[in-house]
Amino acid sequence: MSEEGLSTTSLIKRLLLLVVGMFAFGFLLVPIYDVMCQAFGINGKTAGAAWQGQEQAVDMQREVRVQFVSSNAEGMRWSFGPEGNEIVLHPGETHSMNFLAHNPTDRVMVAQAIPSVAPSRAAAFFHKTECFCFTQQVLQPGESIEMPVRFIVDPALPADVRRLTLAYTLFDVTERMAPSLDLAAIHSN
Amino acid sequence: MSAVIDNHHGDHAHGPAKGLMRWVLTTNHKDIGSMYLWFSFAMFLLGGTLAMVIRAELFQPGLQLVQPEFFNQMTTMHGLIMVFGAVMPAFVGLANWMVPLMIGAPDMALPRMNNFSFWLLPAAFGLLISTLFMEGGGPNFGWTFYAPLSTTYGPESTTFFIFAIHLAGISSIMGAINIIATILNMRAPGMTLMKMPMFVWTWLITAFLLIAVMPVLAGVVTMMLMDIHFGTSFFNAAGGGDPVLFQHVFWFFGHPEVYIMILPAFGAVSMIIPAFARKPLFGYTSMVYATGAIAFLSFTVWAHHMFTVGIPLTGELFFMYATMLIAVPTGVKVFNWATTMFRGSLSFETPMLFAVAFVILFTIGGFSGLMLAIAPADFQYHDTYFVVAHFHYVLVPGAIFGIFASAYYWLPKWTGYMYDEVLGKTHFWMSFIGMNLAFFPMHFVGLAGMPRRIPDYNMMFANFNMVSSVGAFMFGATQLLFLFIVIKCIRGGKRAPAKPWDGAEGLEWTVPSPAPYHTFTTPPEVK
Repeated sequence: MSEEGLSTTSLIKRLLLLVVGMFAFGFLLVPIYDVMCQAFGINGKTAGAAWQGQEQAVDMQREVRVQFVSSNAEGMRWSFGPEGNEIVLHPGETHSMNFLAHNPTDRVMVAQAIPSVAPSRAAAFFHKTECFCFTQQVLQPGESIEMPVRFIVDPALPADVRRLTLAYTLFDVTERMAPSLDLAAIHSN
Repeated sequence: MSAVIDNHHGDHAHGPAKGLMRWVLTTNHKDIGSMYLWFSFAMFLLGGTLAMVIRAELFQPGLQLVQPEFFNQMTTMHGLIMVFGAVMPAFVGLANWMVPLMIGAPDMALPRMNNFSFWLLPAAFGLLISTLFMEGGGPNFGWTFYAPLSTTYGPESTTFFIFAIHLAGISSIMGAINIIATILNMRAPGMTLMKMPMFVWTWLITAFLLIAVMPVLAGVVTMMLMDIHFGTSFFNAAGGGDPVLFQHVFWFFGHPEVYIMILPAFGAVSMIIPAFARKPLFGYTSMVYATGAIAFLSFTVWAHHMFTVGIPLTGELFFMYATMLIAVPTGVKVFNWATTMFRGSLSFETPMLFAVAFVILFTIGGFSGLMLAIAPADFQYHDTYFVVAHFHYVLVPGAIFGIFASAYYWLPKWTGYMYDEVLGKTHFWMSFIGMNLAFFPMHFVGLAGMPRRIPDYNMMFANFNMVSSVGAFMFGATQLLFLFIVIKCIRGGKRAPAKPWDGAEGLEWTVPSPAPYHTFTTPPEVK
C-alpha cells in the first residue's frame, strides 16, 4: 500500500540494525567517556601510569598548596593515611609524600587506592612520577607499609588554582584478586 | 453519518475467537490495544497503591507505618511501575487501537509480533513485582538505579529487576518497530505524511526515540549485570570503573525517555482541542517540526540531571543552554494549542477538560523545569521535593491527563456507548483538585530544602506534607471512579453514533461505533 520507499521487510531489517547499533553504542559510551575525561582533564581523574614528561622550569614566583586526604571504602578495615596533611610548593618542583597503611586483620588482604584531584580541572596538571596507586598492595596479617607518591605540579596550572587536594580512596579488592593471587584459601573467614 | 463506510460488505473475515484463547492468541490490533490499556490501568492502580503507602508514611513526620528500607522499595517500585508499566503501555495501547484507524490500515504491520510484545509485559512486571516478596526485598535504589548503590549495595533481587527491564525493553522496541512499519508502509492511498493526524506523527517520532534509547537502557542494565555477576568494573571505582559513567549512560536513555512519555500526549491533545474548539489545529506544520525538534534536542541535554556530580563549567553551561532551548519548540506547541482555542466555539466535555488542564498544568511543569535547568540554582533544588513536584507536574497532568483525555475521547468508538458525562466531569474535577493539592505544596517544601526519597522530615514541613497526602488520597481514590465509568460505558448507556463529537476530524470517525473487529479491509480514499 505504500506509494514509495522500502518494503516492510527491508524497513524492519534497517530498524533492527538501528537497535543493534544503539545497543553497541551504549557500550561504546564507556571508552568514549574515558577518552573524553582524559582529553579534557575532567572528572578529577589522574593518569593511571607514571608521567613521562620533560623536567620543567620551577616557577619560584608562585606557591601552590597541595593537600592530602584519604578515606576507606566501605568494608575496608586497614588504617590508611598520609604522613603529612599538606605541602606548600612551587610549580615544577618534584615532591613526595608517604602514605602509611596497616592491615590489622588476621588475613592476607589486597588493596587498591583510587586517586582523585580537586578541583577536577587541576587533575591534568598534577603529574605523578611514582604512585602506589599504579599497583595493588598485598599486606600480610598485621603488616604495615610505607607507600610513596612522587609528583610534580605543572607550571601551566591555571593561575586561579592556589590549592589542590589529592584524595585517595582505598578499596578492598581481596575477593576480586583472589583467583589470580591464589589467596582463595586464606581470604575467607 | 452518511460518510460511514461499511467495510463488512462481502467480508469473509472471522469475528473474535471465543474464550480465553482469544486474548492469548489474538493478532487483532483492537484486542491487543485493549489488553495494553487494561494492563496499563492495572499497573496504574498498583503503582498508585504504592504511592498511597508513601503518602501515608509522609502524612506526619516521624516513622509511623513502614520502615525506611520498605519505604525505599515503595518509591523505587512506584517509579518503575508508573514509567514502564503504566504510562508507556498506555500509549502503546492507544497507538495499537488508533493508529491503524487513523491512517486507514486494516491492522498493524506485524500482528504476531504485536501479540508477543504485549505478552512480554505481564512476564516482565510479574518478575519485577515478585521481587517485593523475595528475601532481602525488592529494588530499593530509586527508579534511576544509580550504581554502585544498585550493584555493590543492591539487594539480591536486583538480578530479577535487570531481567524485568530487559523484557520490558524488548517489548517496547518491538512495539516501536511495529508502529513505524505500520505508519510508513500501511497508510491509505492519499494519506501523505503531512496529512497524518498529529497523534500518528508524534507516535512516529516517539517510536524512533524508543528505538534509539531503549537499547542503551538494555546496555546499561547489562553492564550492571556484568558488574554484579561477572566481575567487571564498569561502575566500580576499585576496578578502574566510574560511578559517574553510570549516570551519563542512564540519562542518555533517561532524558529521551521523558519525551517518550509526553510526545504521544502532545499528539492526542493536538487532536482533542481542535475537535472541541471546532477549528482546525493552528500551525499543523509547525507542530510537526516542533515535535521533531524536541525529539532531536532531547539527545543533547542529559547532563542537566547531573549538574551536581562535578562536570566542568563549560559542560554545565552547554547543558543549561541546550535544556532551555527545548522551551522554544515546546512554547510553539503551547502557543498553537492556545491559538486553536482562541475564538473557537468551545465546549467542555470531559476530554476537552482534561486537554485544557493538560495545557495549563503541563506548562507549570515546564516552567519549574526551566528553573531546574539553571545550573547554579539547581545545586539548591537537586534531589529535593521541588524536583518531585516538577516531574509529577509534567507526568500526571501531562502524560496521564493526556491518556485520560484520549480515553474519554475515543471510548465511544471503542465501546459503542457514550460514557456518563456527569461522572466523567466529576472524575476530572476530583483528579484536578486532588493532583494540585498533592503536588503543588511540594514546590514549597522542596525550595525550603526537604530532600526526596526520605521517609521522615523536619517538623516545619508537616502542614504542607499533610495537604499533599490528603490530595494524593483524593487523587488515588478518584481513579476507582474512572474504573467504574469505563466498566459502565462498556456495559451500556446511550448508543454512540459513528462520530459522537461534531468537531472531530479523522478516518476513525468514518467507521461505526463500536469499531467493527475488522476495519478498512479495503483502504479508504483520502482526498
